[in-house]
Amino acid sequence: MKAPADYAHLEDQFQARIDAEEKIEPKDWMPDKYRKTLIRQISQHAHSEIVGMLPEGNWVTRAPSLRRKVALLAKVQDEAGHGLYLYGAAETLGAERDDLLDELHTGNAKYSSIFNYPTLSWADIGAIGWLVDGAAIMNQVPLCRCSYGPYARAMVRVCKEESFHQRQGYEIMLTLARGTEAQKKMAQDALNRWWWPSLMMFGPNDAESKHTAQSMAWKIKRFTNDELRQRFVDITAPQAEFIGLTIPDEHLKYNEETGHYDFGPINWDEFWQVVSGEGPCNRQRLKARRRAHEEGQWVRDAALAHAEKRRQRQAAKKDQKVA
Amino acid sequence: MTLADAKYQYLLRMGDNALILGHRLSEWCGHGPILEQDIAITNIALDQVGQARSLLQYAAQLEGKGRTEDNLAYKRDVMEYRNVLLVEQPNENFAYTIVRQFLFDAFNFLLHKSLVNSKDEHLKAIAEKSLKEITYHLRYSSEWMIRLGDGTAESHQKIQTALDDLFIYTGELLTPDAVDQTIFEAGIGPDLTALQAPYQAKIDEILQQATLQKPEVKYMQSGGKDGRMHTEYLGYILAELQFVQRAYPNMEW
Amino acid sequence: MSEKKNWPLWEIFIRSKNGLNHKHVGSLHAADAEMAIENARDVYTRRMEGISIWVVESEHITASSPNQSESLFDPANDKVYRHPTFYNLPDEVKHM
Repeated sequence: MKAPADYAHLEDQFQARIDAEEKIEPKDWMPDKYRKTLIRQISQHAHSEIVGMLPEGNWVTRAPSLRRKVALLAKVQDEAGHGLYLYGAAETLGAERDDLLDELHTGNAKYSSIFNYPTLSWADIGAIGWLVDGAAIMNQVPLCRCSYGPYARAMVRVCKEESFHQRQGYEIMLTLARGTEAQKKMAQDALNRWWWPSLMMFGPNDAESKHTAQSMAWKIKRFTNDELRQRFVDITAPQAEFIGLTIPDEHLKYNEETGHYDFGPINWDEFWQVVSGEGPCNRQRLKARRRAHEEGQWVRDAALAHAEKRRQRQAAKKDQKVA
Repeated sequence: MTLADAKYQYLLRMGDNALILGHRLSEWCGHGPILEQDIAITNIALDQVGQARSLLQYAAQLEGKGRTEDNLAYKRDVMEYRNVLLVEQPNENFAYTIVRQFLFDAFNFLLHKSLVNSKDEHLKAIAEKSLKEITYHLRYSSEWMIRLGDGTAESHQKIQTALDDLFIYTGELLTPDAVDQTIFEAGIGPDLTALQAPYQAKIDEILQQATLQKPEVKYMQSGGKDGRMHTEYLGYILAELQFVQRAYPNMEW
Repeated sequence: MSEKKNWPLWEIFIRSKNGLNHKHVGSLHAADAEMAIENARDVYTRRMEGISIWVVESEHITASSPNQSESLFDPANDKVYRHPTFYNLPDEVKHM
């Protein structure tokens, strides 16, 4: 246990390294709160990836062409990969993946609340790729420069792989928007349902966000929630216009003075309701994750038991040779 | 039977096998026993659906009626599908999935090892690419047969049960009919009877390592590949697979 | 077996092409070494990132401690004579 004066000194040194844009690596000294903040954020991020597989996986078996089917399957698989990279990054901080999963399964850990909305039509797969992945990329690109090395490196890999996800989603929307009336309606309906939850993905307004200031100082976060949200709206509004779909916000308007789009108020009551576990699909999502984990237990046990048997047999063989 | 007819049927069979098995495996995506295996199974699913696309594209071309891979996948009903009964069996649990995969891979591997010498250049090219994938699938499913068979008491019992249930669907894999015979005589595909012994040898080898008992089967179930019969499961697979195209016909997606 | 046991963690190293070193790319869980290689193939080479894989169980890696990094690495700082620029030669001398 360090004396308080020592600790303050170490913390100053640590902050100086961060300020100098040095990366922090697993065995380096770091404040407990930095470690805890990172484990929380990285594991939430990992949980979001694997829970995020569920709404999209819901359409893997119903994709309307074989080309769409392989693309969606590859995308959902990437998300499993991203979850895996992120759990790996959290494990460099001394966390165990299984403990992190327990937190998810017991409902104690959070994940991106957008995945608690249902995918009701094929167009939802387009909307998720375009909007949800679009918003995620906005969040994730700055994380590639995060102060914690393993997290930053995982994010570089994630961002590289995600580049096709948003394009895939937009292409689906484009095809629908240029299709029949029924398809256009399907696309517009999906945009209507996914737009506001997408804006909520960036988290509470800066004034309400309790972690932002410290995370910015530690360079875990590089931009505030509101900055990223604005950037998302600015980029997405013209994309909607290009394919002739209408964003469901009567206040949405380009502001010549600021050079940004103004947009209407977000329904934060809905956001907090979903975050607290009362969204349309929270229960199903957790149930599906829990079931996969529980039903996988005997498989994981068997593989471990078999590996142990083989080790023992090999050891016995060696002993025989020596004797 | 003309050679053209036989070729079309043969390609449909192969394409449908790959498609239906790929579809079944894709049902695991997001629900695997551990993240690493979720990714592994999805990889195999992607290989299978990829193979299905090449095979069905070629089938459509052979048919010469202007149909596409998607027309064949999305617009045929149960009795027009030509996959073997084995691949349409449900996932149930990881043990059934592994047994189904292994029993199919062992067959598919031998088949493709012959097809790389096919006199049909197009099929030969498809087989050359697929054989690499299938070699890996067989290794994967064999290893898991052994792990689960020679794992815990629980896993042993589960995989033995799955094997007992699914073995009855292996008969039609290597029982030749007129289509297989025509294909063989034209030098396009193997003599299936010649693959029977190596198939059983592979099964025996892996079951022995997995400490599993080979089921004694009085009657094999068949009918999938010649279109006489399917299990009830196929209808539900198609209901899902084809839903969008059926509900919104004649549109681009 | 009442205590919960999980698949161990493995560190993964990939050679992206011949002529390059294996490079650490991340970690994953596997029951044994063969499975670790297969999982690494599925997880880390989906986009043709590699042609060779090494796997090492994480607990078998011994790492230097950051506390010792000054004594380990700083002494190399002033050994400028290990670098070619330490030696003064006339410009006329070529190929050296």
